[in-house]
Amino acid sequence: MAIDPQPDLRINPLRKYVREDRMPHFFCPGCGCGQVLSSFLRGVDALGLDIDRMTAVAGVGCTARIPVYIKMDTLHGVHGRTLAWATGIRLHSPETKVVVFAGDGDAVSIGGNHFIHAARRNLDVLMIVVNNFNFAMTGGQVAPMTPAGSVTMTTPYGSGEPPFDLCALAVAAGATYVARTATPHIARMDQAIKKGLEHSGFGVVEVLSQCPTHFGRYALGSGSPEKLLDWIDGICVPKNRADSMTPEELEGKLVTGEFVHRSRPVFRGSTFIDESTFINESDVAEDNAAGKGECRS
Amino acid sequence: MEREYAKNAKNAKNVKKEKRVLTGVHFMQGNYAVVEGALAAGCDFFAGYPITPANEISEGMSKRLPGVGGIFLQGEDELCSINAVAGASLAGAKAMTATASAGYDYFQEGLEYGVAVEAPMVIVDVQRCRGENFATQADIMQVRWGPAGDHEMIVLAPSSVQELFDFTVRAFNLAEEYRTPVIVLSETTIALMRERLVIPGEDEIPVVNRKWTSKTPDDYLPFQADPWGVPEFAGLGRGYHTIYSINPHDEKGSIEWDPDAFERLYTRIPAKVAKHREKISTVQRYRLDDAKVALVAWGSEARPCLDAMEVLRERGKKVGVMKLDVPWPFPEEAVSELGRLMDLVVTVEMNVGKYAGEIERACNGRCRTARVTKNRGMIHSPEEILEALGSLEEVR
Repeated sequence: MAIDPQPDLRINPLRKYVREDRMPHFFCPGCGCGQVLSSFLRGVDALGLDIDRMTAVAGVGCTARIPVYIKMDTLHGVHGRTLAWATGIRLHSPETKVVVFAGDGDAVSIGGNHFIHAARRNLDVLMIVVNNFNFAMTGGQVAPMTPAGSVTMTTPYGSGEPPFDLCALAVAAGATYVARTATPHIARMDQAIKKGLEHSGFGVVEVLSQCPTHFGRYALGSGSPEKLLDWIDGICVPKNRADSMTPEELEGKLVTGEFVHRSRPVFRGSTFIDESTFINESDVAEDNAAGKGECRS
Repeated sequence: MEREYAKNAKNAKNVKKEKRVLTGVHFMQGNYAVVEGALAAGCDFFAGYPITPANEISEGMSKRLPGVGGIFLQGEDELCSINAVAGASLAGAKAMTATASAGYDYFQEGLEYGVAVEAPMVIVDVQRCRGENFATQADIMQVRWGPAGDHEMIVLAPSSVQELFDFTVRAFNLAEEYRTPVIVLSETTIALMRERLVIPGEDEIPVVNRKWTSKTPDDYLPFQADPWGVPEFAGLGRGYHTIYSINPHDEKGSIEWDPDAFERLYTRIPAKVAKHREKISTVQRYRLDDAKVALVAWGSEARPCLDAMEVLRERGKKVGVMKLDVPWPFPEEAVSELGRLMDLVVTVEMNVGKYAGEIERACNGRCRTARVTKNRGMIHSPEEILEALGSLEEVR
């Protein structure tokens, strides 16, 4: 049988990474999670990473369903413990590259403690945080990054919860690559995720993303993905422009761009051992022969 | 039914710089015996969060693990520790965590995940009183029923420093064999006690490793059980593209919403342990052959029971002791047999009376039953047991 040397241009080249048998996916029409999925695959493909040697870690939420559609090893289904799993995998198996997919609730609400400690340790994983400004899978409740005053299912009179600046938190806690990007800006999102994939150490890429079904309808009064993309675009201020703006001018805005990109030793476990103190196998044999077997308690 | 076990490739890679097995006779604290048992069983990953009276396990692990090529992690909390253990296990590690009662509360979520994705994990719970480090056996029901969802927990209850070592080795072997979390239910009494410990030679310690698949990724179904009831293991980062999800999943690992798939999974997971119950749930019988009265105990309470038995035997009473090595899965056949053969079965435990209900259920009205319970931060003395038995006509 003749083999067609030409790739079939009608098929997206990234489809080879996708679990076709899991289609159709369960994201709502207009959701940003699919864009993040594509962007991640473009990064993997462009860098020529071996997805067989990678593991995705996801907790609970809409974002956590992203890797379920990718042909790669995936941990899924416990809310907020993504970085705890990733710590175990990474320490035991340093040859396995780990990428965490987390929503804003997963990352810094229930998983907040793990987040700051992974940053402090410089755990060698990339965490892609899809910030859709609310708990979406559960029906649109207030989340740590919901803008103050927003109406959600649990803040029916407007939110009295001041939001986190996730990137500032990551930088302060010690992360070594931190960037914020947004789904309306696909090229910049691709660039940030690709850079995150190349980075060694704790990388955080926050992607501002649209949730038309919940956040759009309740907080912004529109379930239109286009209107949400416009809204997100409107609150984004590139870092170089933000640097010359006053705090008053930045009120209600989110700065996009790269906040830190540096190198620091990555986490290898809580304790080191001085290899010169290792007991020499032959000494042990001699000790045993001389009846000086080590006894410790 | 016998099984063959593939060699754990990860362990083979570890460069042995220090002795893993401290063969010899020791005078050792119980918590350190757990450390040495874990190492002897092949443990190469430990994560723990400080809590008394379990601290010596973390401290011992931090000292010993790096020298044998393992990883020690002090988690930022118990949630980190148990989930890091789950992650490391799925990457191929023989992993353990340890805590005391209050910390064990936090483990339920990680245990639920471990049960669901069939991750071998060893968990040590040193039981203590609420907020204080006094002795108790009050966690016996929590270790059985703690995590949400249908499951069958394997819980080993050592009663001495020697058993802390032996049962920790066995816990790793059972975790690997059945791909499930296994709990070593320690107690303040034995954890902080120093006793004689004999560590056998490395060759004499049986070590079981999970069955690694030899199938190619195309042929491999991550949650298809073999006749033993347990799926073969592939591990992360080896190209098998497995989704380890807590959600209901089919044999392929795909998240599944089909009620038939739910039933298959939720039946198989408890059954893989339950159907091997008689092999797992061993008991020790002391002078039960001619006995009419049996004292039943697990963990450290077996010790005063044996002393009380000796005193009563000297008085000519036909008393024996059944010590349950493995309270869960419940040793149904052994306890049920007691109900058939004895006039009186007495449960002795260090709580307000929990496990006694199970013993009485298994005796099923075929003999008289009684309880000797105490929750005062101290183990029963033999005299207290004798005094409590003194009021019962079978013993009087």
